[in-house]
Amino acid sequence: MSILPILPVLIPFAAAILMLLLANRTAAHRALNLFSTLLLAAASGFMLQSVVADGPMALRIGGWDAPFAIAFVADTLSAVMTCAAALIGLTTAIYSLGAVDKTREHHFYHPLLQLLLMGVNGAFLTGDVFNLYVWFEVMLISSFVLLVLGSTPRQLEGAIKYVTLNLLSSAIFLAATGMLYGMAGTLNMADLALRIPHVEHRELMQVVSVLFLVTFGVKAALFPLFFWLPASYHTPPVAVSAMFAGLLTKVGVYALIRFFTTIFTGEDAELAHRLLLWTGGFTMVTGVLGAVAQYDVRKLLSFHIISQIGYMVFAVAIHSPLAVAGGLFYMLHNIAAKTNLFYMAGIMKRLGGSYDLRRIGGLYRPFPLLGLLFLVPALGLAGIPPLSGFWAKLLVIRAAMETGHWTLAGIALGVGMLTLFSMIKIWNEGFWKEHPDSGHDPADSSFHDLGPEKQAMMIAPVVMLALVTVAFGFWFEPVFALVDHAARELLDPARYIAAALGGAQ
Amino acid sequence: MTLLLAIITGVLYAAGIYLMLRRSMVKVIFGLIFLGHAANLMIFTVGRLCKGAPAFVEEGAMQAVEPFADPLPQALILTAIVIGFGVQAFTIVLFKRTYRTLGTEDLDEMRSTDRLPEENP
Repeated sequence: MSILPILPVLIPFAAAILMLLLANRTAAHRALNLFSTLLLAAASGFMLQSVVADGPMALRIGGWDAPFAIAFVADTLSAVMTCAAALIGLTTAIYSLGAVDKTREHHFYHPLLQLLLMGVNGAFLTGDVFNLYVWFEVMLISSFVLLVLGSTPRQLEGAIKYVTLNLLSSAIFLAATGMLYGMAGTLNMADLALRIPHVEHRELMQVVSVLFLVTFGVKAALFPLFFWLPASYHTPPVAVSAMFAGLLTKVGVYALIRFFTTIFTGEDAELAHRLLLWTGGFTMVTGVLGAVAQYDVRKLLSFHIISQIGYMVFAVAIHSPLAVAGGLFYMLHNIAAKTNLFYMAGIMKRLGGSYDLRRIGGLYRPFPLLGLLFLVPALGLAGIPPLSGFWAKLLVIRAAMETGHWTLAGIALGVGMLTLFSMIKIWNEGFWKEHPDSGHDPADSSFHDLGPEKQAMMIAPVVMLALVTVAFGFWFEPVFALVDHAARELLDPARYIAAALGGAQ
Repeated sequence: MTLLLAIITGVLYAAGIYLMLRRSMVKVIFGLIFLGHAANLMIFTVGRLCKGAPAFVEEGAMQAVEPFADPLPQALILTAIVIGFGVQAFTIVLFKRTYRTLGTEDLDEMRSTDRLPEENP
């Protein structure tokens, strides 16, 4: 039994504790944050490598047998997701060095980032439904604090909506967990997968599965449940928004994938699967329509998060190997591109003076390279070849057509066009048109006040993630092989179950 | 006993949801707390009630004698209560701070983050 599956949880935890002990040394916080995320990236990468080579691995804590022990299980999906989390953690740590103010850093900004990463990784790796609830709460409480850190009126107002709706979803999660235990007598995910087909009153499983769908639907920001997201994501500093945009909703999607491929399969969740398919479609459309109306860059991007979640969710609901692989690829592509766009929005705000697209402009002439750098994630998100979004959309739409979901394939194509429209809108308004204030001097902005070091800290993560987007586009084969492997593992959970239950089988 | 607990759970859910739909922040907090309690009671009830039979293993025996109460729902509830307590404390502080900063506790007046900004800024 290897200790690897718990490392991505332990590393940020240890780093956060150390930082809290060094309460007043901001410099130490920064260094530890960087060091810990680097270590996290190494551990996650190593875990991914060994999971791909040797199959899923499990760690049962305290020497108890399965299914009684607290289990951490890493299959390919979990390992890939922790790698993505480490990448976003690392880039956010670097970006924060340039973008986050002293006051926030002094008020435990860095340890909170680490605790958030701990919650996210815990959710990715746990093999137990109740532990998933606990990790969700760890993640939520750190995100609550990060969201309100600074306590501006807008942050507080956004946080009220975010906190209330997320707590409501947690209450539903808890109730659904209780019902699941009452019916199946276990909460170990692998054990559940074996026992659910044999429970009494099997038709009640439909209710339980729909309750879980609602819970994770709130977390993932699905169609009728997403209203907390555009109300809150644009209020905190942009480094925090970027981290939330990249990771938090994806944890909801991860939970949906885990539940509706490993645990609830076939007839037990027929209703939930059908609902998932169509909410996916509605999510795509409402998200992108919301985005078209916006002029605040961060709000526009927030609505796009929702729209993109729709693609992943409907791909997972189609449930063919290609579709699930496509959904996973979409998720990875989206994590890199979306986070990058938020970083970029922060740089644009500092250069142009506002997040409102109507108040800025003319950034292309003084900063042509920055314009190009913006186009990489923007066109990637819209699905222009050869960038990563093209392959992601191609996979998802092809899977929809192969399985005869013509309407949804059409919706996905149309939404892709509207996505391109909003990306071009940011480009036109921010970079292309003249600055509305003709006296605005681009060389005299709050970005230039930062000094070359901090500027480099803000640009470096953008370059890193842009490289990821480009690499996913040009080296599509190996990435696809990886997600394909993950998808096959998900659709045939026998190996996952065998690893999670170990000797008890 | 099961019936009684089921009715209490239902009443708590109904009251919680009703309170959450009100516009006052204080009522929303109470709504959240009620929902948390309702979920806890529900776990307790659906985990099968077993009166006066804790899952103790007698001295010398290798396992507890049936029937005994399942200890796992109780452990889940304990954990959930602790988590709920922390989260609710945070929420109360957050709501209080918001009330002080914005000067209102009417949720209908908190729309500035949802509204589109003015046409001519």
